[in-house]
Amino acid sequence: ARALTPQTAETDAIRFLVGTQSLRYDNQIHIIDFDDENNIINKNVLLHQVGEIWHISTSSADKGVLATCYNKTSDTKVMTCAAVWRMPKELESGSHESPDDSSSNTQTLELLCHLDNTAHGNMACVMWEPMGDGKKIISLADNNILLWDLQESSAKAVLSSSAALEGKGQLKFTSGRWSPHHNCTQIATANDTTVRGWDTRSMRQIYCIENAHGQLVRDLDFNPNKQYYLASCGDDCKVKFWDTRNVTEPVKTLEEHSHWVWNVRYNHSHDQLILTGSSDSRVILSNMVSISSEPFGHMVDDDELSDQEDQHQEEKIKEPLQDSVIATYEEHEDSVYAVEWSSADPWLFASLSYDGRLVINRVPRALKYHILL
Amino acid sequence: MAAVAAGDGAGSGAAGSPEAPAGGTGGGGWRRPHGPLQRYYGPSAAEAAEAAPDPTDINGPHFDPEVFMTKVRSKCPLGQLLAQEAALGREIRALDSDMQTLLYENYNKFISATDTIRKMKVDFRHMEAEMDDLAANMAAISASSARVSAALQDRHRRGAQLAGVQALLRKLQALVEVPGRLRHWAGTEPTRALRCYGRARSVLRHYRHLPSFRAIEDESHAIMAELAQRLRTRLRYETLDPKELTECVEILLQLEEPPEELSEEFLSQAGTRLEAELAMLEAELPTSDPSGTAATPPPASDILDFVDRGSSAFVGTLCQLAGSYRTLFGSDTGRLEPFATVLATRYFGLLERRLALERGLGDTSLLVRALDRFHRRLQALLELLPEGAAAAAALVARAARERVDRYLRALQTFFLGCLGDVRQALAAPRPPGKEGPGLPDLLATLAASVLGQLKAVLAYVQLFTARDVTFASLPYFKGEFCVAAVREGLVVAFVRWLCRTARGFADGPAERGAPAAPPALLLLLARLCLDYENSTISYILTLTDEQFPPQDSGPAVTPGPALCAEARAAAQRLLDHYVQVQGAAVAQMLRKSVETRDWLGTVEPRNVRAVMKRVVEDITAIDVQVGQLFEEGVRRAQSSDSSRRAFSVYSSSRAPGRYAPSYTPSAPMDTHLLSNIQKLFSERIDIFSPVEFNKVSVLTGIIKISLKTLLECVRLRTLGRFGLQQVQVDGHYLQLYLWRFASDERVVQGLLDEVAASAAHRCLDPVPMEHSVVELICERG
Repeated sequence: ARALTPQTAETDAIRFLVGTQSLRYDNQIHIIDFDDENNIINKNVLLHQVGEIWHISTSSADKGVLATCYNKTSDTKVMTCAAVWRMPKELESGSHESPDDSSSNTQTLELLCHLDNTAHGNMACVMWEPMGDGKKIISLADNNILLWDLQESSAKAVLSSSAALEGKGQLKFTSGRWSPHHNCTQIATANDTTVRGWDTRSMRQIYCIENAHGQLVRDLDFNPNKQYYLASCGDDCKVKFWDTRNVTEPVKTLEEHSHWVWNVRYNHSHDQLILTGSSDSRVILSNMVSISSEPFGHMVDDDELSDQEDQHQEEKIKEPLQDSVIATYEEHEDSVYAVEWSSADPWLFASLSYDGRLVINRVPRALKYHILL
Repeated sequence: MAAVAAGDGAGSGAAGSPEAPAGGTGGGGWRRPHGPLQRYYGPSAAEAAEAAPDPTDINGPHFDPEVFMTKVRSKCPLGQLLAQEAALGREIRALDSDMQTLLYENYNKFISATDTIRKMKVDFRHMEAEMDDLAANMAAISASSARVSAALQDRHRRGAQLAGVQALLRKLQALVEVPGRLRHWAGTEPTRALRCYGRARSVLRHYRHLPSFRAIEDESHAIMAELAQRLRTRLRYETLDPKELTECVEILLQLEEPPEELSEEFLSQAGTRLEAELAMLEAELPTSDPSGTAATPPPASDILDFVDRGSSAFVGTLCQLAGSYRTLFGSDTGRLEPFATVLATRYFGLLERRLALERGLGDTSLLVRALDRFHRRLQALLELLPEGAAAAAALVARAARERVDRYLRALQTFFLGCLGDVRQALAAPRPPGKEGPGLPDLLATLAASVLGQLKAVLAYVQLFTARDVTFASLPYFKGEFCVAAVREGLVVAFVRWLCRTARGFADGPAERGAPAAPPALLLLLARLCLDYENSTISYILTLTDEQFPPQDSGPAVTPGPALCAEARAAAQRLLDHYVQVQGAAVAQMLRKSVETRDWLGTVEPRNVRAVMKRVVEDITAIDVQVGQLFEEGVRRAQSSDSSRRAFSVYSSSRAPGRYAPSYTPSAPMDTHLLSNIQKLFSERIDIFSPVEFNKVSVLTGIIKISLKTLLECVRLRTLGRFGLQQVQVDGHYLQLYLWRFASDERVVQGLLDEVAASAAHRCLDPVPMEHSVVELICERG
């Protein structure tokens, strides 16, 4: 299994969606609920019969809407398609009273629309607009960027604009992210060793990091708090941090993994926390204080602190922490293809490996308090 | 008698203790005759000290016969009494005879003495008469002598008077001649004139009330004044060599010119002269060109010549002048010192500029000799200019340091040149059939030439501390130069730089764009760094310490192990990088081949894919390349499990019994299950992990990277039945040829098993091929 996503629109419950990959059986989407207080995991299964799931993403506005990229196999051809789905109402906010034999009462996803890609090639991923009303999605298909408008309550997807990457050889996007900054007008894509930035309004390239990695770039993520900062990871076992205003040199490079790094994720609230998953079967949580939005060693008065009831608010650390690896998680036996932070609890994250094992971990308590207090 | 004897016996038996004094008396009997005589000539100290008078002591001075008698009578029995009486009688008689003998002897001596005295009396009377005679004769002699001297006195006085008159006359003559002589000498020999004048002056002054003398004095005064005037003119307007100058000023001083004024003039005169010399030196230097060094012509003369001239001309003159100044104006150098300092500073400045011209490496021995000469000549000025010495030493030190720095740069350039050569040799197309220079040869050449160059540089630098060079004994050259400049500044800095440069090949170009170093170069440098770590560094350091013995209390030096560690880190980095580069190359090949193939629609495999053959070829080439430079390394003994899995192709090639199985496999298991279980228990395989410095480890690293890539790529694809079979064939082929390169066959096996498992998982129709067919295809391929 490779596809993992948090339920982005959900801010109360800790919920992840996992898509399965199987060629010979019906594929499923597992909705994983984690009860933080009781340390109990609840699972609901939705059938996804059209094919094995390579990528999954959830709408940032509507809890029940999600998009998948799936393989449709015929005898001689494999085609990766994308579709937008709606999950059954009762599962939207999680059903804690779900029976133990959850596999028996599997429910089916309701198809909202297909993203028609017959002209564009295989879908690599689908991105939802991070802030808006969940009407806009972008999908990457081979060397095309497609911007879709969902109309009629997502029942119809209209291709509003697209851009193609031209060049010699077969260019293929491997992944992309939608920047939450600049009023959601920028996306970044990766193809081969290059990272490119695009403006969604003009569908033009705005920056290009050539040879960002020695080998293939596998994943990208935007710093949620610093608008020009971008993290990338790839087959050269490195994680690099870029300032998109200066694309000649990375701001920082991490070399902790011993094989390809498949996934990199900034924590949504505390952008010094970086999560990476690699095919060396490890998940590494790093603390990159020096390039985070957290100011160094700035003290905040106690009364000021007590005023901040929202824990998502930026808190100040008492003393500067060094950039360091916080923890290496070795629970997986096989390559880890996906890591994600929970959208509800900033201290919680999940990782998924090839053999289908999903592991949910917490940021170490000591570090959490260090960041908060 | 019998009764007496008996009584005596009884008595002696009864009165043992009272016997003691009696016995004592008996014992002292021998000395008794001398006792009185002794007493007569004065009691001895011992007797005087005898305190308590004992009236019973018959020999004592306080002897009281009454007491003695009473005591004897009361104490002794009759027998003893009788015996004592007899003894006393005997003693008395003996004493009497002694006395008589002594008396007789004394009398004889007395008589002979009387005779002698009488004879002497006669002799003396005779002598008296002769003495009277002698006295009379002496009186006669003295009388006649007085007469003679009285007769001669008058004549002697006249002679003395005459001599005095003549001397006076001669002096007068000399005085009269003074002006003439002065005039004569003043032109040619001012020193003699001065001496003459000095002699005459006091006399003339004394007799100046006489008109004739005054005339003479006035005239000579005039002459001398004129002389002084002339000298001063000369001093002021002519250029004099130092000797003339000294002479001139000396004369003027003696002419009682004011010394203050004179010393000033002396210095200004000397200053002009020294300035002229400095100007001459400066003329040799090219005009300082601040814009750049582009068009400066090579200096006309070499540095040794320059320093030679500078020191013989300038320093020599300065010394001479300073010496004469001191003799002329006393040891007060209040004015001389600042004067000399200013000049010396200018001189140093000139020399520094000249040294700065020595840009090229040139001949170090020449430079050393020049500096040595400079320093030696400057020793003469030491007492004059204490701070000048420090400045000079600093100058020499700076020059030496500069030279060492230049050598470091030259070494670096040389090393880069060598590297360039190596790169060229590596890149040069090999003529077919003829092997180019092998990597070991290149490595040996590189290492030897670098080491040789380093040694040569050390030898050059050693000239600075040679025994016959004066400044070598300066504390700077003994301590700091050896340690800070040579050991740290040259040797350590070079080794560090070398490591850094080598690392640069691993760190830098991989990042972005820049032309990456060829893998063989990485390998070569890794080996070079490793060699440095193993032996060369310690050798170099020992050599340096021998040639430049460090002082115990000197500044801290970089220890050898630290350098070694640096070199090792560099070597490790390079080798890791080599593995990554080569691994990436192979991996890229595999990835492209997997990604571009249509695995669903492929036909039944008939052959091993060409890319697999290519992979094996490449890895064999890498194996050869690495094998040229690195040792074989330790191969983990194959477990019996893998030997069971081994196929006939290579199980036959193994010497039977060599791998004596430690245990026999309990039961044949499904290999897939086995590998899964194995995976659970075996440690993780770190793909891009640091490798060891041996061939097997390097090859294992590369193979691991390649196979892991294959695994990940296969997982991204969807395969048809024949696709799976193709993967099966390829995997088997790889296993067939790659196991021998890896340190642990199980790593290869494990990864290939995972590839097969993943392929089966990703297959729509997983029907594996018959194993025998797979083997057949592989053998054919």
